[in-house]
Amino acid sequence: QVTVRDAINQAIDEEMTRDERVYLLGEEVAQYDGAYKVSRGLWKKYGDKRIMDTPISEMGFTGIAVGSAMAGLRPICEFMTFNFAMQAIDHIINSAAKTCYMSAGLQPVPIVFRGPNGAAMGVAAQHSQCFASWYAHCPGLKVVSPWSSEDAKGLLKAAVRDDNPVVVLENELLYGVSFEMSEESQSKDFVLPIGKAKVERQVLLVTASGSHITLVSFSRDVGNCMDAAAVLAKEGIDCEVINLRTIRPLDVECIQTSVMKTNHLVTVEGGWPQSGVGAEICAKIMEGPAFNYLDSPVTRVTGVDIPMPYAKILEEHTMPQIKDIIFAVKKTLNV
Amino acid sequence: MCDRATFITIIIIKRGAVAGFRAVFGGREEEEGPDVESQGRTERRSDTGQGATSEKMLTNISNLLRACAHRHVSTETVVSARTYADFTTQATFEIKKCDVHKLDEAPATQVVMTRDEGLQYYRVMQLMRRMELKADQLYKQKIIRGFCHLYDGQEACAVGIEAAINPTDHLITSYRAHGYTYTRGGTVKEILAELTGRRGGIAKGKGGSMHMYCKNFYGGNGIVGAQVPLGAGVALACKYQGKNELCVCLYGDGAANQGQIFETYNMAALWKLPVIFICENNRYGMGTSVERAAASTDYYKRGEFIPGLRVDGMDVLCVREATRFAADHCRSGKGPIIMELQTYRYHGHSMSDPGISYRTREEVQEVRSKSDPISNLKDRMLSNNMASVEELKEIDVDVRKEIEDAAQFATTDPEPPLEELCNHIFSNNPEVAVRGTNPWSKLKSVS
Repeated sequence: QVTVRDAINQAIDEEMTRDERVYLLGEEVAQYDGAYKVSRGLWKKYGDKRIMDTPISEMGFTGIAVGSAMAGLRPICEFMTFNFAMQAIDHIINSAAKTCYMSAGLQPVPIVFRGPNGAAMGVAAQHSQCFASWYAHCPGLKVVSPWSSEDAKGLLKAAVRDDNPVVVLENELLYGVSFEMSEESQSKDFVLPIGKAKVERQVLLVTASGSHITLVSFSRDVGNCMDAAAVLAKEGIDCEVINLRTIRPLDVECIQTSVMKTNHLVTVEGGWPQSGVGAEICAKIMEGPAFNYLDSPVTRVTGVDIPMPYAKILEEHTMPQIKDIIFAVKKTLNV
Repeated sequence: MCDRATFITIIIIKRGAVAGFRAVFGGREEEEGPDVESQGRTERRSDTGQGATSEKMLTNISNLLRACAHRHVSTETVVSARTYADFTTQATFEIKKCDVHKLDEAPATQVVMTRDEGLQYYRVMQLMRRMELKADQLYKQKIIRGFCHLYDGQEACAVGIEAAINPTDHLITSYRAHGYTYTRGGTVKEILAELTGRRGGIAKGKGGSMHMYCKNFYGGNGIVGAQVPLGAGVALACKYQGKNELCVCLYGDGAANQGQIFETYNMAALWKLPVIFICENNRYGMGTSVERAAASTDYYKRGEFIPGLRVDGMDVLCVREATRFAADHCRSGKGPIIMELQTYRYHGHSMSDPGISYRTREEVQEVRSKSDPISNLKDRMLSNNMASVEELKEIDVDVRKEIEDAAQFATTDPEPPLEELCNHIFSNNPEVAVRGTNPWSKLKSVS
């Protein structure tokens, strides 16, 4: 049993030992052991040169990180949350994502941008935005979002080893959650492929009279989907739960295969509905072979289309709950 | 102070006498007798062995004049009656003192330039000048499109900087980058072909004017000021990798007010990054003069806790000397330094800006006539007997040819093939599918 926090810590530690060019920079990553203690112990082990505390200068230090990647290093640029990365987004998109293309391959940018994304608890509007669809919009970026500890470790290691800019959208509320980690995932060379989703809960038997449905999600909402699936199972509804793991490039094939089996699809995300990840999945399903297998239109479960309020009762009603997923499944199945 | 040659140069200006000159002297001879070798001091022609050479000169001159007399002579003849062996191989020049900020020392004001250096600087500056003018021409013919920010007038900056750093050092600049692409190793062909969007362009036609790259040159950046933290990042990599390299990071007077630059100053000073920040102050950020944009126009002082120099950016020797000084500062581990180069662009901000609505034609003319970096270098070399008018003209002809050939290539090379539309999104990546404009359009991208 390993927490997501520790899994990320292991990933950074292993990649820094493996490759001297890898270093971590961000606010409070060194002497404070990380704002969320993700980088605990790393400064003690690697020192000032490789674990760098930065001033509160997102645009500046992100540009510095990107420049260092252009000149041969392999930085991990941490944002305390992705809300602050908005100040640096020009460097993520214009300086990092587009450069390999603009230079016709002459200038690669091997950099990782990581940090917590999306809603936390009680931190209100400016600290709760989900940026998955913002980054997933842009060619030249790869965007991953882990749920389990295995995801967190394998995807981050893959991101560091990738010669291209990768955005890793973690979740603050998952840092303290423990997951079983397989034998394989404890190896120093364990990486997960970027661009491949995982079926977390499989529908094994499809019958003509049975109720089956595919649930697609990423990050914390995968957990909500799994919980909803457990409740629905008792009512005779069998859910296939897909953990996207990567938002860009989206593993459409995995979703298609599942939909062609279950004939129904619900997407779940914490972000706002307009132009969100669910909207993209709907569009892709319509353009592919799975469309003809749908027995009803795709349903999106999303965050409420408002800035995040503070009061507990309001906040709870702004994010998708398990009951919202269950409701959506039943409506989609018309039961 | 420079010494003058003691023999007399006969200069009679005439068109078409070049052939005559060659007939008398034959091809180039580079005879270096002991009396013309420099020993780290300036040449004084009145010294050793001059007598014999003078006589030879006088004979040659009379031969030439006789030859001219038999031709149809119009009013002007160009004759420089010398062989290359008679040129001063180096001279000392007095240059303008730099203003300093938080520095106890300043760059030297007496500098040595050799004949070879002078010729090289002349050639490169002239080439850059002609290249930009050719781009202007091609743009007006609509063969170049989009953005085109020209550098003519500012040549001394690019050439002076490159003369003071190593090819293994690094450099990054803004969108006014054609000159630097050349000094850092790009060829005129590749640069012009990139401007015309052809497959032979330095970025295969994918980047255009603002996105040219080559080894140790990081562009060409379109977002004003973004190159500054990037440059500090390159310097971080230099320091991290311990190779005693530095990064020259350029920005304009307009960009100098960007917040990210101040964030970068802070981190570069804090971490002692080996970066030379250079503000190319050409007095106007697009159409806004410096007085209208900055509460303090002392750009070399804007780094506050970072030492600074204000340099005459129209004098290639000033720029070179200051850059040497700055490079020493960085390489000795003292951290960043700022140089403000006072320079001027003859063109407007870009090709869509005539450049005379916010400044007068008279102002532009005045700079051109008094401060042109190429003319001034030429005058220095001629008045110190370091080159002949003839020789420099030959360089001009050669440069013109190089530009013409490159322009020819740039206008005839084919455009990039459509199959390459989606390539190079990623580096070192397996092939990926890319969606085209509609769902049936399935394109592919290779690294």
